[in-house]
Amino acid sequence: MPDEHRIRVMDEADVRRALARMAREIVERNGGTDGLMLMGIHRRGTQIAAMLREEIERAEGVEVESGSIDITLYRDDLGTVGPRPIIGGSELPRSGIDGQVVVIVDDVAYTGRTVRAALNELGDWGRPRRILLCVLVDRGQRELPIQPDITGRWVHVTRDQRVDVLVPELDGDLAVDIIEIQPEAA
Amino acid sequence: MTDAPAPLGKDLIGLEGLTAEQIRTILDTAEPFKEISERRIKKVPVLRGKTIVNLFFEASTRTRISFEFAEKRLSADTVNISSSGSSVVKGETLVDTARNLEAMRIDMVVIRHGSSGAARFLSERIPSNVINAGDGWHEHPTQGLLDLLTIRDHAGRIEGLRVCIIGDILHSRVARSNIHGLLALGAEVGVCGPRTLLPPAPDELGVKVFTRVEEAIEWADALNVLRLQLERMQSGYVPSLREYNRIWGVTNARLEAAPKELLVLHPGPMNRGVEIDSDVADGPHSVILNQVTNGVAVRMAVLYLLAGGQPEKAEAAKQGAEG
Repeated sequence: MPDEHRIRVMDEADVRRALARMAREIVERNGGTDGLMLMGIHRRGTQIAAMLREEIERAEGVEVESGSIDITLYRDDLGTVGPRPIIGGSELPRSGIDGQVVVIVDDVAYTGRTVRAALNELGDWGRPRRILLCVLVDRGQRELPIQPDITGRWVHVTRDQRVDVLVPELDGDLAVDIIEIQPEAA
Repeated sequence: MTDAPAPLGKDLIGLEGLTAEQIRTILDTAEPFKEISERRIKKVPVLRGKTIVNLFFEASTRTRISFEFAEKRLSADTVNISSSGSSVVKGETLVDTARNLEAMRIDMVVIRHGSSGAARFLSERIPSNVINAGDGWHEHPTQGLLDLLTIRDHAGRIEGLRVCIIGDILHSRVARSNIHGLLALGAEVGVCGPRTLLPPAPDELGVKVFTRVEEAIEWADALNVLRLQLERMQSGYVPSLREYNRIWGVTNARLEAAPKELLVLHPGPMNRGVEIDSDVADGPHSVILNQVTNGVAVRMAVLYLLAGGQPEKAEAAKQGAEG
């Protein structure tokens, strides 16, 4: 096993502050909560979306629609990496997405391929009025011309570093870590 | 990331020889595929650009259409070939037909054939993925899988469940796939039918034999009622349809005598009033139409798992970067 070296870049208070600001930015961009809909990308995007939704509902005193997207079947790498487990299936808000303002929420923005897949999937579901992209961490190194509209924090990492977003439901903690993967000594 | 799915290899020829883990992988993968058929746009792009040939040397409506829906909902391109109206009637051999198809650059073949072993024979001779859609008396693995999924949906589990297959076990590829799949997942399996239509050594298969349908109903949690193929009567296995119904038919009167609620499955097409009565087929115990719905999801899962079936790469994907 390669050695792992973990550096914490955001603790729980940092993440909560970032989420509170992102929630306000989402509402501001939309000019209110009208037609607003949060769609988290499986799995950690779904958790982040749930926290943003709570923030917005608390601040605005209204209910916000949300759903989740599992992009496994929209990936472009079945032929090269083989089948991946399909974790949750996608959940669409009851009202559908036609004419809504859909905010795609993910934990980390990286190559942009996940977001491309999510955009294709949303396109199969309907025609939103507008789509925004919101991520907790932007690590750069994009492979497609896709940029987040709302970002929690930018981190500078190299390709052999990994960004781990920890969420309470899955990891028992709320934080962002950078993982240094030391190549195994030959 | 969760563990990568248990790899299935290149082909799906039968449930015999698959591990419990592999069977569970297919059933678990089928779950999210159910939802796709409920969408307004019933299509995902995962098999875009794959060419699939449905090679049906025997009549089939349900299985062929179910495969075709599964393929189309995954965005594959499909071609259907049936023996009538193809060069098969001109005397072309199976391998020659397949090699000619391969020369047109296909990716997968779904084959239904009257001869046991035809699917394996083909799979060993062409590099495309081969899925058995029923070969002679051998196996019909996707039917077995959809039966397993339907039982699991309704009973909540398969392990420890008692499932009795009723009818012509001897000639039934559905029975064989069911027996292998159910036993692999830890169910108890019974078979029940006229002596002439039971396999010669049921003990070797690891199944319990019932000589009266009433006993089978009393024992079982689920019944899988097989179609009585009418040509069996001509060959003298069964004296008459009326007698078959009287002795072996699954009727409401017999189900009412059961100590518990039973699930009733039937792979179709049904002979109403022969192996199953209409009031059972349309009654509260019946999950026959759920089987048909599940058939599409199970076939989508099999196509998905085989199309990307590169075990070593699936392993690498586990470590791969998310993003």
